[in-house]
Amino acid sequence: MSVAIIDYGSGNLRSCAKAFERAARETGFSDEIIVTDDPEKVRNASHIVLPGVGAYADCRAGLDAVTGMVDVLTEQVIKGGKPFFGICVGMQLMSTVGREFVVTDGLDWISGEVVAIEPSDPSLKIPHMGWNELVLDPAGKAHPVLKGISDGDHAYFVHSYHMHVTNPDQRLASVSYGGNITAMIGRDNMIGTQFHPEKSQKTGLTIIGNFLGWKP
Amino acid sequence: MLKTRVIPCLDVKDGRVVKGVNFVDLVDAGDPVEQARIYDAEGADELCFLDITASSDNRDTIFDVVARTAEACFMPVTVGGGVRTLEDIRKLLLAGADKVSINTAAVKNPDFVREAARKFGSQCIVVSIDAKSTGPDKFEIFTHGGREPTGIDAVSFAKQMVEYGAGELLVTSMDRDGTQSGFNIPLTRTIADAVHVPVIASGGVGTLDHMVEGVRDAHASAVLAASIFHFGTYRIREVKEHMKAAGIPVRED
Repeated sequence: MSVAIIDYGSGNLRSCAKAFERAARETGFSDEIIVTDDPEKVRNASHIVLPGVGAYADCRAGLDAVTGMVDVLTEQVIKGGKPFFGICVGMQLMSTVGREFVVTDGLDWISGEVVAIEPSDPSLKIPHMGWNELVLDPAGKAHPVLKGISDGDHAYFVHSYHMHVTNPDQRLASVSYGGNITAMIGRDNMIGTQFHPEKSQKTGLTIIGNFLGWKP
Repeated sequence: MLKTRVIPCLDVKDGRVVKGVNFVDLVDAGDPVEQARIYDAEGADELCFLDITASSDNRDTIFDVVARTAEACFMPVTVGGGVRTLEDIRKLLLAGADKVSINTAAVKNPDFVREAARKFGSQCIVVSIDAKSTGPDKFEIFTHGGREPTGIDAVSFAKQMVEYGAGELLVTSMDRDGTQSGFNIPLTRTIADAVHVPVIASGGVGTLDHMVEGVRDAHASAVLAASIFHFGTYRIREVKEHMKAAGIPVRED
């Protein structure tokens, strides 16, 4: 078995793979970490990771351009119940719709829309870039992937758009930046983080390690 | 709450550190990765490599440095110095850099920034602006380590770069660089107030108060320094404690 990090031409996957390898070593998880654009390898994986940087529409187009990938994702994550982890725009793609420049359909796994961050304080900079303090929602406090994570732990963010989650039970954590910003979402066998766990030092490695050991 | 970032910068030449930490017993003080690990352990919020390799024969050494750092440090890494083509950016990102900083190439050809942001996303494009005061409320871009004036107004240029897709600006006070007399506050503040993206203040830091001034007075979202860390004048933790005491939010994990 293996952990498949999906390569669909969006950004740098090396640091993502390295963080998963480190977390796997630290937690005694023995499956291989692979970076792949092959839907068959994703089908055969034990865990699926969808990273993503850049614009929502570009990422969606990139994912669609890999023949068969969305079908395999739907089959394995929705029907098969495999543990799934979306990161940054990979998380945003789990939403119903993205409204970055153009209106783009998401995978619609978690109801909600991705819209521009509009801080109440206009002097706040966009992108929201840097380390912010996680505030766990009730669903997050009980979530196995957030075991060992507390309110106030820091995670690294860089984004200009954020997700409004329709069902509050599907938001696991938020941060404050001129208003509430969704930091983590999840339901059943899937989670997504707006922040970059692979860049969030101990907090990130803990979350990745928990994900690898997760039996949803 | 979003925290103000403290970013140590390592100057790297031919794959070796020429300006880094020297206050600890290092097995190999010239190894950038060993130095990066120290900054990581000390609570750096990001790390910056400035590649000052002169010879084009040795330019590939930075890719190995970045790749090895990505295996050891799980925080954002920016690489600057000699970023001139889309291929340079692609290779740095593939090696494991999170952002690249574009300097001379942005001055020579502003459209390069637009192309880079379109191809790789604004989140990884930092434009590095080296500027000096040339009169009251007049700030000019300089190149070649501050020796060559360009006649370009730094504030207009900053706005143009953001419009073209820069996700962050690294503003270096070239008239202060190496003087340890503090940032050029009017320069940094004028740019920070003129753009909606984060500004990193750089150049001239000599005391802990200078770091505070960069944020409180110059409105920067992050402060970058090389020498004060390199010469062991201050540790990253001391900087953060001092900033915290001045009421600036910092990350202390």
